[in-house]
Amino acid sequence: MMEITEGSHAVAEAVRLCRPQVVSAYPITPQTHIVEALADFVANGQLDAEYITVENELSALSACVGASAAGSRTYSATTSQGLMLMAEVVFNAAGMRLPIIMSIANRALGAPLSIWNDMQDSISLRDSGWLQFYAEDNQEATDLHLLAFKVAEDNSIQLPAFVCFDGFILSHTYEPVDMLTQEDVDKYLPKFNPAERLDAADPISFGMYATPEYYLEFRYEMDQAQKRAKDVIAKAGKEFGEMFGRDYSALIEGYRLEDADTAIVAMGSICGTVKDAIDEMRTAGMKVGLLKIRVFRPFPAEEIAKMLSHVKRVAVLDKNISLGAKGATAMEVRDALYGSAIPVKGYVLGLGGRDVRKRDIKEIVAFSEKGPNDQFYGLRKELI
Amino acid sequence: MRELRIHGRGGQGSVTAAELIAVAAFEGGVFAQAFPAFGVERRGAPVQAFVRLDNKKIRLRSQVYEPDYIIVQDSTLIKDVNVFMGVKKGGIVIVNTEKKPDYVIPEGVKLITIDATSIALKAIGLPITNTSLMGAFAAATGEIQFFALEKALNHRFPKELASKNIAAARIAFDIVKGAA
Repeated sequence: MMEITEGSHAVAEAVRLCRPQVVSAYPITPQTHIVEALADFVANGQLDAEYITVENELSALSACVGASAAGSRTYSATTSQGLMLMAEVVFNAAGMRLPIIMSIANRALGAPLSIWNDMQDSISLRDSGWLQFYAEDNQEATDLHLLAFKVAEDNSIQLPAFVCFDGFILSHTYEPVDMLTQEDVDKYLPKFNPAERLDAADPISFGMYATPEYYLEFRYEMDQAQKRAKDVIAKAGKEFGEMFGRDYSALIEGYRLEDADTAIVAMGSICGTVKDAIDEMRTAGMKVGLLKIRVFRPFPAEEIAKMLSHVKRVAVLDKNISLGAKGATAMEVRDALYGSAIPVKGYVLGLGGRDVRKRDIKEIVAFSEKGPNDQFYGLRKELI
Repeated sequence: MRELRIHGRGGQGSVTAAELIAVAAFEGGVFAQAFPAFGVERRGAPVQAFVRLDNKKIRLRSQVYEPDYIIVQDSTLIKDVNVFMGVKKGGIVIVNTEKKPDYVIPEGVKLITIDATSIALKAIGLPITNTSLMGAFAAATGEIQFFALEKALNHRFPKELASKNIAAARIAFDIVKGAA
């Protein structure tokens, strides 16, 4: 049923319907509304889960690790500094192959302190082994949680996942969302039944010491699971489409890209603004299209190379910067197109909540034809 | 697409007003989007909130720069912030004030002043002006129906508080309707 609600509440409701058995999280702007809502659900009896209150994010994810290893469906949510405080456990959760789902209301990292949106937080943990989904709107932010649980808990994957959506821009936005029912979700998402779990009657260990004779193979297995996730996402995304009418089988999506000369590549809520800008540019006779990345880990390199094979140029938008190098998406798109003659230019923009307008997208398209290579877009020169 | 920008100070309920206008518009079958632009999250600091209304799905995520409608919850903001920036010709500006305007409104824009503070003090007993201004917005623009606003308020607030706020919205609605 279509309802108008805040992004955070839509996400909290979706998580409730997924029936997590253990939730542990620590409030942090702009994620707070999600965990407040979940705490309410548990207190009201609307969610039969253990809500573990903790003193910080490091403890929150540590509690999730224990719960997940014991065989519980486990959920957390955080952003920005909170995610950085978790970082050690983020890597451990993936290495222990624990399918914890965590919402990230994307926010910039300090210093300087910023509560506003960019994607530096989750992108900075791209090497951790977690699957990474990025939502364009609150419908996707909601739906991707179901998909994430289904894929992460698949016994051929067993990796945790971030479901990322832009802080404030989506988390605090009221807009209509088609909310699924408990019956729908129960049909889609089976009970969590891990291949291995902690059991006092049949003791095993998670996160063992791996000597140099073993460690490399552990990492290889994780990488293989990431790669297998492409097919599992395709299958689970198709099933979602068959059941609810929204197909998430593709890791990337094209918008007016079939005959485009210029392709913009982007992730997250900015894709909506890009689509509106593209419609206006198309009306003006410009052949511009969008390639939206919905899944950043596993990275859909082959799919991107195929979808961009006909374009004359690519402009990649990054709300993150690997300082001293470039935006993460630009690097990986260029890597995906290695061997082709298609020029890829990267634009770092929107950091720390700097607003991105349609006219910015149009200017970037113009720059991609004749401007300099990789650059920060929209710098206030008077401040430098 | 029609766009509204609300200017207020932290604590005045600008974000709630944007949300409830979106909820009321959705009730009327319109696709609506409401979102805040926080500066520093403190009481008294200037705050903006935005609403977009359209007959189709809204994808645009930037802030509102060329609004059709503007609501100013606190007229003391006018000397600090360019609250009228970008307003479209034919647009409507609603200012909460008991005074005659001593500021210049852009050409071709309709100004509606309403003493929402007095209305709120009378109806709610607190100087919380957002619900009165929502009533004024409904009357001035026709973008939301009063019954939809009533429903949105009933859904958001406990019964007694909702009725007081509906009363405030009704007074403002009738004043603006009567003046039209």
